[in-house]
Amino acid sequence: MPDLKQLYDAVVSGDAKTAQLITKEALAAGIDPLKLVNEHMVPAMDEVGRRFEANEYFVPELLISARAMKGALELIRPLLIARGDKPVGRVAIGTVKGDLHDIGKNLVASLLEGGGFEVLDLGVNVSPEKFIEAVNAKQADIVAMSALLTTTMPAMKTTIDALTQAGVRGKVKVLIGGAPITQKYADEIGADGYSENAVGAVALAKKAVGVA
Amino acid sequence: MHPLLEELLSQGPVITDGAWGTELQARGLGAGETPDLWNLTHPERVGEVAAAYVAAGSRVILTNTFGANRIRLAEAAAGDQAGEINARGVEISRQAAAGRARVFASIGPTGKLLMNGDVTEAELWAAFREQARALAGAGADALVVETMSDLAEATVAIGAARETGLPVVASMVFDSGKEKDRTMMGNTPEQAVQALITAGADVVGANCGQGAAGFIGICRRMRAVTDRPIWMKPNAGLPIMVAGQPRYTTTPEEFAGSIPALVQAGANLVGGCCGTRPEFIVAAGRALRHR
Repeated sequence: MPDLKQLYDAVVSGDAKTAQLITKEALAAGIDPLKLVNEHMVPAMDEVGRRFEANEYFVPELLISARAMKGALELIRPLLIARGDKPVGRVAIGTVKGDLHDIGKNLVASLLEGGGFEVLDLGVNVSPEKFIEAVNAKQADIVAMSALLTTTMPAMKTTIDALTQAGVRGKVKVLIGGAPITQKYADEIGADGYSENAVGAVALAKKAVGVA
Repeated sequence: MHPLLEELLSQGPVITDGAWGTELQARGLGAGETPDLWNLTHPERVGEVAAAYVAAGSRVILTNTFGANRIRLAEAAAGDQAGEINARGVEISRQAAAGRARVFASIGPTGKLLMNGDVTEAELWAAFREQARALAGAGADALVVETMSDLAEATVAIGAARETGLPVVASMVFDSGKEKDRTMMGNTPEQAVQALITAGADVVGANCGQGAAGFIGICRRMRAVTDRPIWMKPNAGLPIMVAGQPRYTTTPEEFAGSIPALVQAGANLVGGCCGTRPEFIVAAGRALRHR
């Protein structure tokens, strides 16, 4: 019987190898995969987020912890799917049309995957049509948009309007972020949420799908 | 020390320049436009900015090439013009300097994160090598690898800059952590100095990220671990957001007031970053002379 505290520690410290090893052993010992995620891995990522907020962790630590989490989840996800469990949620993420900056978007995508979300990364310079397609064809629960420039942030409103026009606005939660974005702007354009950093974005996404 | 640096620093601390982007915007550059492209389309206006800093007393001016690496220019579909944009940038600054100031050519970050796989190390090498060669070929006196948040990317840029044989300044952004004394990637001033020097920087320092008050401690910590010249370019204080745009409220006098303390803390080359203008450089020069 593996010591599951080690799984928690491995995710917190970003030790992908140990995280996978313990996960394998735990699954072989017949431990419920969902229990591994909810009782050990998710609390570990919460701790990682706490350390980031407390300035104990920085971007590299976030990324390696997210990778450890993702590696372990890759072992677990097929089992969950096989028994009909769904991922926490499906997020279509992209940098809006006219904007090619992707550090922030990629960071949020990595952390969302670490948080158990299925992430459809649409890339940069994403048109409203592509977001709509992701909602229609891929059944995304969340549309997450990023913009770094004050000149491209209006594309967020254009995209939200296009989602409304296409009749799918009610099916998704729209989350936005990026250097020039504020809560006020999110409210103005009718987005469902805004976060000023990547850790907050995961919490926001969980709230949006009702798991936190 | 490189002879050029030795000569430049022989009479004490040197005043560099202030921000360029805001000066170009004041001359009509649109908020979403790529400033570097103006080297080709509006060279006379870029030259005005350079000349304004020379007139303000800058003994070192930079170039309008901060974002002129192939990776970043690709965002404006101008990746293939990298060589020309960099060469013109140096020529414009050299012409404005007219022998009264040294031209330190600017190399900024690509905007991609190596660790997250946004870009490969080989792609970074190619982009920075191309930029550094173009800048050196056009007659830059030195190269400045600036506004770096990631030591891994800075290391590649410094390596590429070094290949030209010119003196290399390397400057990081400290804007993270409780005390704002860490880079985005969590590195301390001490770690930064060590990594930058190991990579081959002749001058190390900090720019952007915060106002001068926070730079004093960073400068002191850098000085404690190196004898190399130190480069410091703080912002004009902390911006307040007005209609989604940052506005800097620090006055030139307030900014200049902290310059002597920065020199006291060990800085050898001082200037300003975001929010600073030629008036700030005039005031900083006055503060240094009356120190």
